[in-house]
Amino acid sequence: MTPRTMFDRIWHAHEVVPETADTPAVLYVDLHLVHEVTSPQAFALLAARGLRVRRPDRTLATLDHSTPTATAELYGHVPMRDAAAASQIAALQRHAAATGIELLDIGDRRRGIVHVIGPELGATWPGSVVVCGDSHTSTHGAFGALAFGIGTTEVGHVLATQCLLQRKPRTLAVEVTGTLAPGVGAKDLVLAIIARLGVAGGTGHVLEYRGAAIRALSMDERMTVCNMSIEAGARAGLIAPDDTTIEYLRGRPRAPAAADWERAVAAWRALPTDSGAVFDHTETLDAGRIEPMITFGTNPAMGCAIGATIPARDDPSYRKALAYMGFAPGERLAGRRVDLVFIGSCTNSRLSDLRAAAAVLRGRRVAAGVRVLVVPGSEQVRTAAEAEGLAAAFVAAGAEWREAGCSMCLGMNGDIAAPGQYVVSTSNRNFEGRQGPGVRTLLASPATAAAAAATGCITDPREFAHRGD
Amino acid sequence: MEPFGRLRSRTVVLPATDIDTDQIIPARYLTTTSRTGLGRHLFAGWRYTTDGAPQPGFALNRPEAAGCAILVAGRNFGCGSSREHAAWALYDYGIRVVISSEIADIFRSNALKNGLLPMVVDAGLHAWLLAHPGAELEVDLDACRLRLPDGRELPFTLESFARHCLLHGVDELGHLLAQTPAIEAFERQNGR
Repeated sequence: MTPRTMFDRIWHAHEVVPETADTPAVLYVDLHLVHEVTSPQAFALLAARGLRVRRPDRTLATLDHSTPTATAELYGHVPMRDAAAASQIAALQRHAAATGIELLDIGDRRRGIVHVIGPELGATWPGSVVVCGDSHTSTHGAFGALAFGIGTTEVGHVLATQCLLQRKPRTLAVEVTGTLAPGVGAKDLVLAIIARLGVAGGTGHVLEYRGAAIRALSMDERMTVCNMSIEAGARAGLIAPDDTTIEYLRGRPRAPAAADWERAVAAWRALPTDSGAVFDHTETLDAGRIEPMITFGTNPAMGCAIGATIPARDDPSYRKALAYMGFAPGERLAGRRVDLVFIGSCTNSRLSDLRAAAAVLRGRRVAAGVRVLVVPGSEQVRTAAEAEGLAAAFVAAGAEWREAGCSMCLGMNGDIAAPGQYVVSTSNRNFEGRQGPGVRTLLASPATAAAAAATGCITDPREFAHRGD
Repeated sequence: MEPFGRLRSRTVVLPATDIDTDQIIPARYLTTTSRTGLGRHLFAGWRYTTDGAPQPGFALNRPEAAGCAILVAGRNFGCGSSREHAAWALYDYGIRVVISSEIADIFRSNALKNGLLPMVVDAGLHAWLLAHPGAELEVDLDACRLRLPDGRELPFTLESFARHCLLHGVDELGHLLAQTPAIEAFERQNGR
């Protein structure tokens, strides 16, 4: 038999109708995740056509994007600041009730960012196809699922048919050899990968992250890596399931149970890419050469080692990006003042991320004049972080501890910074205005963000002796 | 969806590379539950000053840009989020064709579902178009050809099914619904 890639195996197992020269494939979707921002127009499409939701049992909804993270606002003790956001939340509550879709609503202990809760509940399975009206759906690829973001019209297609029309993408192997150095984490790794590939390097491709450095990552770390696949232009990024994956899923509420579990595990073990399978392209990186990373521009590929100087490039768009950021080529980033630190988002809001940040901030004070916002990825993460004293450490340091949600990653819920401010953010996008008009975002790991919070300026997290994992 | 036939228009040019969907429509305008009315927020961060006045010098605010239905943009247009609001905002504003040398996957897919033609051209033609804002172009989707002001006709490529849907104004949902027997069979055979 011809050796196959994992992507190829998953694709073929979900082809309801194969593609032809004239028509794309009809691809089956195992799990459809829904949130309040990209779904209302899709429900309207179904209503206009008199269609029902085909598989509410394969659909799971949550509230995260425009949802408040301030407790009083979230629980209705004070009105939501944004009436439009409130009506969007109400729309999903109404649509879910009318269609039989399960909604992890405000007050539900399982609510959270859509890409945090899927894995946390054990709903994301290796070998499955997962979609959501959100580009960071690539996160679920950490489990060896083919997971990608779709637009609202496609959300309607999946609601109505549980399928999508898709052309088969090409494959790109990202081979990461060696071992990450102490003090260097998954966020640094993925920022280095994106800096190498460029923001369009993965366009038209599905990535597969491979190699010793990838095998050594925990599930939380793999999710951080796969989450940012879209920032290199790739709709999906996969990592082969292994013992780490299986141990993570074992016993989770929506993982296969009893006899189904053994059968599922056997199928998952057969998923990884065969030796000798051919990828359309391969990029190789040495993990040992990667240092803590930070971005200095207005796309996620404009990143460098935290101790480096900003490179010069003869390109008007590049110069425009640096002008927006208030930076010049040749400047050092380390030591520059920051105004705000955001620790959260589907990239870095899991318990291990909060532990890494708390390890830096515990027993220290947030630097004078710096605002720090810590937003857990889910209610479960929030509860666990409170139980093990992380929340108390953040609050004692002077940080704000919030309810779960997307928050300042995209600033839809009113969590934004002021024009001109510098924000060290553990999120995934540093686009112009992403965290508020005129705001300057620097992407980094939770440890680097916490180091900036403690010192008030861009700081190599390795300067702090007691680091978390 | 309106059928896309021939289109004749002058171009408006945004030469920046990697124009992301947060620039096309900032997230603060995504709290809508409607598909229409987003044109006034198109490129809001670049188009308006902080007090809401038109930003002088921005290409779409120049008098000669009025009525232009073709946007020529730098390489890798539409990267970033999956928000279909980006395609809705462009269409609502009056843009019918976006031309670049590279267009991001999700934006491209969203555009095609809304009567907006994402046209990828080779680097040479792209460079010419970027250097000639206001050029009068004619797009023939049936023949997949782009006619330049000097009369040259150059081909562009578009995936055949997308071209069919755009040309005839049919949406994909009808095609998918027609597959219902195959979907039912798949669910039965695969334990779904």
